[in-house]
Amino acid sequence: MSQATTKIVRMSGHAGTVPGAGFNREYDVCKLIDTTTCIGCKACEVACLEWNGYTFSQTTFDNSYQTMPETAWNYWNLIKFNEHQRDDGSMMLLMRKDQCMHCEDPGCLVACPADAAIVQYANGIVDFQEGNCIGCGYCVSGCPFNIPKFSPTSKKVFKCTLCNDRVSVGLEPACIKACPTGCLHFGTKSEMKELADTRAKQLRDVSGFADAGVYDPDGVGGTHVIYVLHDAKNPEIYGGLPKNPTIPWTVRIWKGPLKWIGNLAIVGGIIGVTLHYLRFGPKVVDDDRGKNGDGHERR
Amino acid sequence: MSGADVAMRSGAVTHGGDRILRYSLVERVNHWIAGLTYIYLLLTGLAFWSPYLFWMAVIFGGGPASRFWHPWIGLVFFVSMMWMYKMWAEDMRTTNADLAWKEKVGDYIRNQDDNLPPIGRFNWGQKQYFWVMFWGIILLLISGVGLWFVEGIPWSLRYLRYAAVIVHVGASLITIGAFIIHVYMGTAMVRGGFTSIVRGEVSRAWAKKHHRLWYEKVTGDTSARR
Repeated sequence: MSQATTKIVRMSGHAGTVPGAGFNREYDVCKLIDTTTCIGCKACEVACLEWNGYTFSQTTFDNSYQTMPETAWNYWNLIKFNEHQRDDGSMMLLMRKDQCMHCEDPGCLVACPADAAIVQYANGIVDFQEGNCIGCGYCVSGCPFNIPKFSPTSKKVFKCTLCNDRVSVGLEPACIKACPTGCLHFGTKSEMKELADTRAKQLRDVSGFADAGVYDPDGVGGTHVIYVLHDAKNPEIYGGLPKNPTIPWTVRIWKGPLKWIGNLAIVGGIIGVTLHYLRFGPKVVDDDRGKNGDGHERR
Repeated sequence: MSGADVAMRSGAVTHGGDRILRYSLVERVNHWIAGLTYIYLLLTGLAFWSPYLFWMAVIFGGGPASRFWHPWIGLVFFVSMMWMYKMWAEDMRTTNADLAWKEKVGDYIRNQDDNLPPIGRFNWGQKQYFWVMFWGIILLLISGVGLWFVEGIPWSLRYLRYAAVIVHVGASLITIGAFIIHVYMGTAMVRGGFTSIVRGEVSRAWAKKHHRLWYEKVTGDTSARR
């Protein structure tokens, strides 16, 4: 992001080509989460809290290692633990780091009515600007991943920023920094896709996970957080990761055709009653003016 | 205003028989609570509807303030509509006279009122407007509570979150269409109508022309019958 604006393309008094002017750098960032090497240590949860300045919240015990049922306005990074019984009867303990997916086509941004309360940077990060947020909660309805969360105290909505503040100065996100197993990676989208595909192939060919694959859903135009899953055909088993996430169709209609129909209907209604008045005029009761009828003078 | 005026019911003949009370003070107060809260909800709602109308939220103290008050004012509007229902539901039932009037609604629109059959206190169109707003506020309240406490709807029932969005917007648009017609007719088109909902009274001639069955009922004067 920040480098994009400071790339030098022309130099005064410079002999020869400008160093780096023709260099094409990829700026779209991506976080890769390899669920197959996650050990559920929650270092990323702690790092997220520390970097973003939140204190540890009350945990909710639900017969699992999971810290709480879902992410919260002040808890953006949550490992979801799921026990899964495979067809052969063996058990798997699935651990998936849940956070904002930074969709290429973000439902939160589409639904938001407040000017610049949600922005999408050229590097793919979708960021909430709480100063512009009016707290309506439409983003909550627009998100297919159940990520934006409303803060009752500030009446603003919060979520993972993909550490935009760190990334913009060339650092990797805090969660990546903290991961001890190397299951979290950060780089450009194409690099991460390549790494994810390599790992998925390894899982299929070597580790016996025939359905291993990469989760980068097309329904939201791809995401800037992608997963390697042992079973990419059933992402739901990883704490409800949607198989084919899309922006809800009611939000699409509301922000698409209904907007046009509604605006035309409102303007049409105003034009309609105006034309009616010009053509037919008011209903005036003649008698009211005392001209005839019951002979009473109008007061 | 004397105590007798406050307690006076619709249909009372005042000023020595010259004027007829069409809306009691209580009915007028109720109407204007509903009307003013609706206008607030309309303007702040339009601000959330389109970025080009977001400036309307600025008039009411900015986006967060508009968002904060919109649901509370919505509750006031809802209560005022329930109160109105309690007062007017009986008067708003469609009668045979209304159905005969409805057949001639084209003549009403073209201001050829002499062709219209006589009707009671409210005409068919007014009744339609009342029921649109009544069912509209019920849909708006249910969907509005869903939008207000969106995180209170569990993720497993998220289709309700999605439904709330479209129901709230759809019901709003229908009430806006009805509201445009109501304001036009109440102010510009039907002269005397606006005064009646502000000061309560209409002239005998007005009552006879627009609501003859009601006029005959409250005055006992059937001399106008053809």
